[in-house]
Amino acid sequence: MTEKVDARGLSCPQPVLLALSKMRDMKTGELEVLVDNEVSKENVSRAASKEGWELAQVREEAEEYHLLLRRS
Amino acid sequence: METKKNLFATSLGIVAVGAVIGVLAALLQKWGNPGNMGICVACFERDVAGSLGLHRADVVQYLRPEIFGFVLGAFVAALSFSEFKPRSGSAPLARFLLGMSAMIGALVFLGCPWRAVLRLAGGDGNALFGLAGLATGVGIGTVFFRSGYSLGRTSKQNHGLGLLMPLVIAGLLVLGLIFPQIPNEPKSGVLFYSLKGPGSQHAPLIVSLVIGLAVGFAAQRSRFCTMGALRDLILFRHWHLFSGFMALLVAAWLTNLALGQFHPGFANQPVAHTQSLWNFFGMLVAGLAFALAGGCPGRQLFMSGEGDGDAAVFVFGMIVGAAFAHNFGLASSPAGIGPHGMAAVAVALIACLYIGFSNIKRVGA
Repeated sequence: MTEKVDARGLSCPQPVLLALSKMRDMKTGELEVLVDNEVSKENVSRAASKEGWELAQVREEAEEYHLLLRRS
Repeated sequence: METKKNLFATSLGIVAVGAVIGVLAALLQKWGNPGNMGICVACFERDVAGSLGLHRADVVQYLRPEIFGFVLGAFVAALSFSEFKPRSGSAPLARFLLGMSAMIGALVFLGCPWRAVLRLAGGDGNALFGLAGLATGVGIGTVFFRSGYSLGRTSKQNHGLGLLMPLVIAGLLVLGLIFPQIPNEPKSGVLFYSLKGPGSQHAPLIVSLVIGLAVGFAAQRSRFCTMGALRDLILFRHWHLFSGFMALLVAAWLTNLALGQFHPGFANQPVAHTQSLWNFFGMLVAGLAFALAGGCPGRQLFMSGEGDGDAAVFVFGMIVGAAFAHNFGLASSPAGIGPHGMAAVAVALIACLYIGFSNIKRVGA
């Protein structure tokens, strides 16, 4: 099951904090992070990569980004 | 998968942007800006406040074109890359007060984080105390973030609202063109112009404006942020923004060396005082305020150009804070801290801590 983090409307560093906290809780699995700006997309992607999570998919929908992160 | 790559936001990109800003800042000093003040967002906003007559400190009154360039350059970049996203509604009054507090702290030190780095790059050892205070303030801010601090979510706004800040800034620029500086005159129309002191020292208008636009464009694309550099390092051990911060320092230092602008020491540094404790605490307050508001003063300008109304509110908080700082004797001068500088630091710190503690909550994930 894909876990979700909704970081829309939040500014730095909160999207990264929320995503990292969830990644560390989950350890492995699939996580979808929802953000609404390019900066948060970049920051969450960079943080995920440093944590060893793969950015499996980026879906842009109505000016929002759905980042699908995966770690096995 | 990612379909487009923002080269400015890569590791190399952020270092290049920091280095270019460092070189341009040192050059601005050579071309007329005050010593170790090629770019100082706090000082320049203070000068803008003075030019508009919000305070009457006659040594710091000039409508600094760099500030307008920062916002408009970021606006152009955001429009060009579909990143102009009008938004606001995240605790505007708290952000205004954080802006005021940040400015009051910065004017006790005599500079924002950008100038703290430039002062060090020019050999001003007093900047070390300011940078230590900045790091401490940002560090306290990260404790709040770890504890669940949040000013809440923004909401999307219409394009008309997003355009307000770029329009206001363009209006101020036009005002400066309508009432240009008249040699040896302290006033031109409604605008005040310093005849002595830092406000009288400036690069030619067009040079300042073009460099401001270039910096605004590059910083918007790269997300350059001096506070974020320290925050991400402390909070996440992420070196990305910090590498840009360090590139600025090294590039400005090397350019200063090449231009004969590097003068190491503590005494008699340009627009600086040697009261180390207050250099530290002034920047501690500023660092905490920037951290709680989510960006250094430059980043707040760039975000306001992207349509972030809350960042614009922070900017106006800084401008009003500058007016208070000079009207109430809170700001320092090369002679030392102002008569009410200590009280100002205490009150601004209490204001920041109040905003910090009163906004600790758990944001729904």
